Amino acid sequence: MTSLAWLIPAALTLGMMGLAAFLWALRSGQFDDLEGAKWRAISDDNDRMAAESDRSRADDV
Amino acid sequence: MEAALDAGLAAQAPGAEARQTIVLSVPSIVCGNCIRSVENTLRALRGVEAARANLTTKRVSVVVDPSLSSTIDLAAALERAGFPAAPLIENAETEQAARVSELLPRLGVAGFAAGNIMMLSVAVWSGEVSDMDRSLMDLLHWLSALIALPAVAYAGQPFFKSALAALRSRRLNMDVPISLGVLLATGMSLFQTMRSSEQIYFDAATTLLFFLLIGRVLDERMRTKARGAAENLIGLRATNATLVAPDQTTKLVLASTLKPGMIIAVAAGERVAGDGQVISGQSDIDESLISGETRPRAVSIGDPVYAGTINCGGTLRVRITAAEENTLLSEIGRLMLNAEQSRGRYVRLADRASQIYAPAVHVLGLLTFILWMALGAPWDQSLTHAIAVLIITCPCALALAVPAVQVAAMSRLFSKGVIVKAPDGLERLAEIDCVVFDKTGTLTTGELRLETSHGVDVAALGRAGSIAGMSKHPFAQALAKAARAEGIQTRAVEGVEEVPGSGLVTTSMGFEEKVGSAAWVGVGDRNASIWYAAEGKPAVGFDFVDELRTDAAACVSELRHAGYLVRLLSGDRRAAVAQTAAACSIKDWTAEVRPDQKLEVIEVLKARGYKTLMVGDGLNDAPALAAGHASLSPASAIDIAQTTADAVFQGDVLRPVIETLSVAKAARRLALQNFAIAILYNSIFVPLAMAGYVTPLIAALAMSGSSIMVTANALRLRSKALRLPNAGASA
Repeated sequence: MTSLAWLIPAALTLGMMGLAAFLWALRSGQFDDLEGAKWRAISDDNDRMAAESDRSRADDV
Repeated sequence: MEAALDAGLAAQAPGAEARQTIVLSVPSIVCGNCIRSVENTLRALRGVEAARANLTTKRVSVVVDPSLSSTIDLAAALERAGFPAAPLIENAETEQAARVSELLPRLGVAGFAAGNIMMLSVAVWSGEVSDMDRSLMDLLHWLSALIALPAVAYAGQPFFKSALAALRSRRLNMDVPISLGVLLATGMSLFQTMRSSEQIYFDAATTLLFFLLIGRVLDERMRTKARGAAENLIGLRATNATLVAPDQTTKLVLASTLKPGMIIAVAAGERVAGDGQVISGQSDIDESLISGETRPRAVSIGDPVYAGTINCGGTLRVRITAAEENTLLSEIGRLMLNAEQSRGRYVRLADRASQIYAPAVHVLGLLTFILWMALGAPWDQSLTHAIAVLIITCPCALALAVPAVQVAAMSRLFSKGVIVKAPDGLERLAEIDCVVFDKTGTLTTGELRLETSHGVDVAALGRAGSIAGMSKHPFAQALAKAARAEGIQTRAVEGVEEVPGSGLVTTSMGFEEKVGSAAWVGVGDRNASIWYAAEGKPAVGFDFVDELRTDAAACVSELRHAGYLVRLLSGDRRAAVAQTAAACSIKDWTAEVRPDQKLEVIEVLKARGYKTLMVGDGLNDAPALAAGHASLSPASAIDIAQTTADAVFQGDVLRPVIETLSVAKAARRLALQNFAIAILYNSIFVPLAMAGYVTPLIAALAMSGSSIMVTANALRLRSKALRLPNAGASA
């Protein structure tokens, strides 16, 4: 029975972490362009810095 | 960190307030390289601070200082780079996207709560058959309550708000029994947890919310996707205009910014951007989108021209005449507005179901309470049983029944190039028993083909085709194409002179040859569209027909065999319409109808009890599209028609019309099946609940079981082979 004392909090914490990760991903627009993301991963843009800073200003549409 | 970065940027750029975010639709973005080219093209422009392309929505958002680069500059730069772009009109679409992004975190929270409470509940249920002690069970219940209460309060809000809004306007919708069920289940479980009892339904309440939110997110997402695709289609057709300033300098501007009195230049092949009067030049105007007439109309100085028509001949200068409220467009708009009002009264299937369902379950709950009290049970036990009834009847399956089917149907149609835009469009399409077609651009492709049924003069065609090949006029192009299609070798002809609005002339063979209008070659006969005349010989006429879509006849006959009333309404000449009607074997046709007469025909059909599907593409169809019980437009249609229609179909064939009807009818059948499943489930579990036999475990199984069954049934629509059901067959 004592194992429950840490098993339940552990399970809930893990669940919370998953939820937090999902909410973060949602808020930071990770799901906005699922098609584009796979292409961006393989394109070796030399102006990546520009693209990175764009992310904060030009929201995905 | 991000805020700090933004603050830093703001400090660097003092003119930060001048920045503006512009969203452009760029449908030709298809791969990673396109993303790069589009973004790099835009970043190279003056005043552009950031550009980000989205491959999923085929749009690019640009942060720009509008004083340095205007929207039109951005679009022009993209066009030069090979990506036709159009600015989007910001409207309800953003609001809809906001609704999806509001639902998603709620879905996440509901999923988290449902999963974890289910984990605790399984422990409780297995504890009941083993030796779990009372205090541990209470602890698990309290933990469930701790997760469930905030989760329900947050994730349930969309349902609570909608239910409240419905109750305020003294209506009932599906969200009323849902909210009541969820709130009662949560409230009672909390009460029972305090009393350390076993009737705990936290798991049922959260699972319910989770399932319902999944349905709602999918529904909204599909709708946003459809609407976005439709807006992209229309966006590209939004015209730019070449404004001529008083000092004769020209400037490209958006058509929407034109004001009466401005002068625009309209090049050959361009769309006229606004209603106006020709002040110089002469040409032929293709008005098929306005009037349905396939033959271009000759215009010269002083003649009126309308927005949306195409200039076929020489360059024109047009003085914009109509102020906002006087344009042909706004006249059509007024007709449409009146027509649309009747459609607004349509009550959706789910709402109709809930109007019967909600009172029924509330009466059952009350009845349970009264019966148990009458049988001498204590009030708290009676109340528990009554609430159990309300939890069991909480219409999870019913609320999923329609959205699940709609999502499956819309995604099936989407993959076939049919974009369903109206939320209740599918339901209205399912009731159709009469189809009214427009001719030009709907039954036909809107492209010209030489009429060869009476035989052609091959020698004249060869010569005329060769001369015509030197011109860009659509009739001339069609003539050259027809000559080549007849297997005639067309040759380059020297010294061809083009007289805008009249025709072509050459003397390269030593005598005068003319190709052009009847008046140009000097014949009185106006039956043929284009004439060839060599000096000293009789003129030869060539007539053009608007080519039928390849499967038009087959589609019409399939519709007629399935028992649909098929009609043809066109603004074109009698002869042309008769020909099309004969080719498609439509008996019931009317030619030379004006937009308001089309509307009248639809109203008459409605009065006779028909549920009419209007299929049309032109401005002259728009009021009829709005008045029809449902409406379809090809993607080549004028934007007004596309916005009005319930669905837009892409491609060169008419087949999608049948596909849309079949899917809509199949969707309705599946929705009704789903209702049947939900009712079956209720008829098993409601008596159990009324008798007081429902435990939390049974409730949880029943809830999830029925939801999964309903969803699985809906998903069958994705792969099912369909054929067009008969008209009048309601299911």
